This record gives sequence, C-alpha cells and structure tokens, in this order.
Amino acid sequence: MATSHIYARRRLKNIIAMVLSVLATGVGLLFLAWILWETLSQGISALKPQLFTRITAYREEGGLANAMVGSLILNSLGILIATPIGVMAGTWLSEYSLRSRLGPVIRFLNDILLSAPSIVLGLFAYTIIVLPMKWATNGDITFSGFAGGIALALIALPVIVRTTDEMLRLVPSTLREAALSLGVPQWKLTVQILIRSARSGIVTGVLLALARISGETAPLLFTAFGNNFMTFNPLDKMPSLPQVIYEYTKDPSPDINTLAWAGAFVLTMFVLLLSLTARFAFSRSKVSND
Amino acid sequence: MTNMNEAAPSFAATAQASASDGTMAAAKMTVRDLNFHYGEFHALKNIAMDIPEKKVTAIIGPSGCGKSTLLRIFNRIYAIYPKLVASGEIVLDGENILDPKYSLNRLRSKVGMVFQKPVPFPMTIFENVAYGIRHHEKLSRADMEIRVEQALRSAALWDEVKDKLKQSALGLSGGQQQRLCIARGIALKPEVLLLDEPTSALDPIATSRIEQLVEELKNDFTIVIVTHNMQQAARCSDLTAFMYMGELIEFDRTEKIFTKPNKKQTEDYITGRFG
Repeated sequence: MATSHIYARRRLKNIIAMVLSVLATGVGLLFLAWILWETLSQGISALKPQLFTRITAYREEGGLANAMVGSLILNSLGILIATPIGVMAGTWLSEYSLRSRLGPVIRFLNDILLSAPSIVLGLFAYTIIVLPMKWATNGDITFSGFAGGIALALIALPVIVRTTDEMLRLVPSTLREAALSLGVPQWKLTVQILIRSARSGIVTGVLLALARISGETAPLLFTAFGNNFMTFNPLDKMPSLPQVIYEYTKDPSPDINTLAWAGAFVLTMFVLLLSLTARFAFSRSKVSND
Repeated sequence: MTNMNEAAPSFAATAQASASDGTMAAAKMTVRDLNFHYGEFHALKNIAMDIPEKKVTAIIGPSGCGKSTLLRIFNRIYAIYPKLVASGEIVLDGENILDPKYSLNRLRSKVGMVFQKPVPFPMTIFENVAYGIRHHEKLSRADMEIRVEQALRSAALWDEVKDKLKQSALGLSGGQQQRLCIARGIALKPEVLLLDEPTSALDPIATSRIEQLVEELKNDFTIVIVTHNMQQAARCSDLTAFMYMGELIEFDRTEKIFTKPNKKQTEDYITGRFG
C-alpha cells in the first residue's frame, strides 16, 4: 500500500535523526567525561587530605586550602553584591518598564554586559577600585579580595538580571490581573506573589551565575591578585582556585603541576555539582502557576 | 486622558438599553457613551446599558466582539496595559468610575472579578482567600477565620477543603481552583462580581456547579458574566446583552433575547447562522 510506503520512509528519517542526535549528545558527554578523567588521573596523586588543609606557601609539600577559602570569599562577595542589584533590576525590567522606553535599552545593554569579555570587566574593576584605593591609602591597599568580588559581581550581575526578568515574564499575566483586581497594590503583587511564583527560577539563575564566576581567572589576576597565605581579610590580596591553577600550570616543578590538576578536578566537580543542584533541586517547578 | 465625555457629547447608542420590561430592578451600573481604543483600533463603540442590581447579566457574542473588553473596563483592570483608552461614563452608585480621581482601591473592593482560567496564588488555600481581605481590612485571627470560612461556604467549596486549608491551592482540581477564585473575590464583599468566561476551562460537572453557584450568589451580588456558551447565558442569566464588532446590538431580558429578539443580527447569532 502507498501509505505503508510513506510510513516506512518516515520511520527511516526518524531513525536517522535519532541516531544523529544520540551521536551529538554522545560527543558532548564524551568530552565532559574526558575532561573529568584527565583532571582526575593527572591530579589523583595530589588528591589527599593536605590538599584541603595546607596552604600554597608550602609549595610541593602544601595544598590549596588558602585558594579554596579565597575562592569561597570572592564568590560569596560577588554573589552577595550582584544578587540584590540583579534581582531588583530584573524585577524592574519585567514589571515596571512596560511604559518606559528605557526598558528595551537596558535589556540590550545588559545583554552586551552578559557577553563582555571577563578580562575587560577585570580591567574595569582595576581602574575603578584598585587604583583609587592605592592612591587613597598611599599604597597600603592595592589589590584586594574586595576588588576581586566587585569584578566577579560585574560578571554575575547580567546573568541574574536576565534570568530574573525572564522568569518573571513567564508568570502568566492573569496572575497579575487576578491580584490587581483584588485591589492589591503593584509592589505587594510583585513581592508577595510574582517573586514567590518565580522564586525557584530566580534561585536557579543565581546558582548558574555562581557556577559561572567560580571558574573565572582573568578578572581576578589584577584585582584579587593572589596570595600564598591564608587570608580572611577582604582588603588583603586574596588567592583563588582558578588563579592558583593558572600559576601552577606554568611552574617547572611536576609536583606543582599535579597540584594544579587536583585543583582543576576539585573546581570542575564543584561547578558540576552546583549546576546539577540548580537543575534538579529547583527545576521541579520553574514557575508554579501556569 | 480617560474621560473625554465633554469632548464627545454625542449620544448615539445603537441599542439604548434599559430592558423593555418594567419589572427591572434599579440600575446598579449605568454605562453611557462608552468608547474604547486599543491604540488605533476602536474596540467598543458608544456602548450604553443599565446593569440592574442583584441580577445576572450575561454578555454574549462572537469572539472578538468586545465582550471581555467591556467587562475589563468595569473594574478598570485594562489600565495596567499601556495604549488602552476608555472614554465615556460608567456610573456606579452615582459616581463615574472612569474618572481618574475614582480610587482603584475602592473600585476593586466594590467590583470583584473572576477570570477565564483559574489563577490561584502560590500560597495555601486559606491564604488565597485571606490575602485580599488583609489588604482592605485589619481583622483579628479569629475574625479572619470566620470570614474565610464564610467566603468558602458561599463559593460551595468549604466541605471539600475544610480539612486542608493549610495546603497549597495549586493542588486543587481546576473546578475547585475556580471556586476558590470566586471565594477570593466574594471574600472582599464586593457589590458587583464580574465573571469572564468562568467555566470555559472546566469540565461539564464543574461547570454546572459554578452555574448553580451563580444562581445563589445573585441574592447578594450584582453579577455580570461574559460567556461563549449561549446555553449558559440562557440557563443562568436574567438579562442578556448581545454584542457584535464592538457594538451592543441588543440588550433585553434573557427570555426575550432567546425567544423573540428584536434585531435580526441577534436572531441569526442565537440560531447559529453566524458566529
């Protein structure tokens, strides 16, 4: 029958498309597995407790404890600065810019910031934070964790603005109308209903921004600079995992190179786990009302 | 911006609209010279009608005729979007609600609205009903519980939810969610209740429950219901307005509209010749 002929061709096309998609997925996953395997196999001999307890000042005998603590502080600073500004800006874009010509302009500029090379943002933080602080303190404070946090915040900010804006715009407008028709004012609607509906999506955006900044090296090189000792003072020069990995891969000592691999493995696992948390824990209900 | 009454004094309603029969109750809402524009598009043309108190008024007509638009002017919910302009008069208890000075807060506590799709807020069942009340009145916890129970009872939902008031409203069925939205609306004790195709997303059983509910609610509220479903208008309304292309073609007692309409267009629509 002619129809069964059509079905057979469709089935064939379906099989071809399916095979190609599976292959493409396989290639992507292959490289991920390869990266994990490579970092693990190269760094395994350095993956021991002292990696997490000793600082980089001990060189071959040391670990990466100060870099991990530094990364933690720098990332926290970046996220703490970027989240309130980003969520508020995203809320304004989604909920209040309807009648303003500024809305599309800001959305466009935010997209530019989103794709700005991170080294440029690092240079910017160097110019507006590091240099003025140096002059103001007669050279006592130059590079600092604070400047690094600002540079990372500049990278995280557009990600958070974008996801907040998009998640809020996914909330159906009928929900806004329903609340407003009860006489509820706009700000209550926004804070108590819309942000609540889009909460999991917004948190996902913040986690993805965190994953993004935790791998950044370039903006930290001339802001946080690096430090071979443990420091908790944000006005001090501060080490971070990506920066130490970068320095250690250039080192002539093979043991130091192995430490860099171990650091790379820890960093990759951290970002992977963060992304997985963002996907699973919070994607159950992106927007709970649709 | 909204009130262009002085600028356009012509009173050219196509269907001047008190129902022909003398038994009608007093008008709760009087619409005069109402025009509505979506940017360039003239969506409503010189609408004039008297909506009687404590009756059910149905608005029917083909898609795009402006029936939902008309309803959305009655509580000025259209005003949240830019480029929408209403002009003319809608008098509610002697005051023109289209006057920009008429407080939206007051308007929306007097005129409640239920939408096509059930839209519970992402909170508990109790909070869904209490949320609106809390904005308008300060009640003690005990009073609030009484008030929420009353609203849920009036919306014929109490028996189904009384044991799970603390659960999320999102877990209710579509029909229950829609009755919750009605409870939320009537909890504010409005005078007018606007229903915008309230059953079009529901199954027949849930639909018939809502229709029964409308029948009961008209003892306390003035109800305006927009519907696609002519049988629904015939079943549960006292008056029916037929709209076509932004004009109010005919407005009369439901029985008359469905048995002996004055206008040919109405008859054609009712009998299914177009629309």
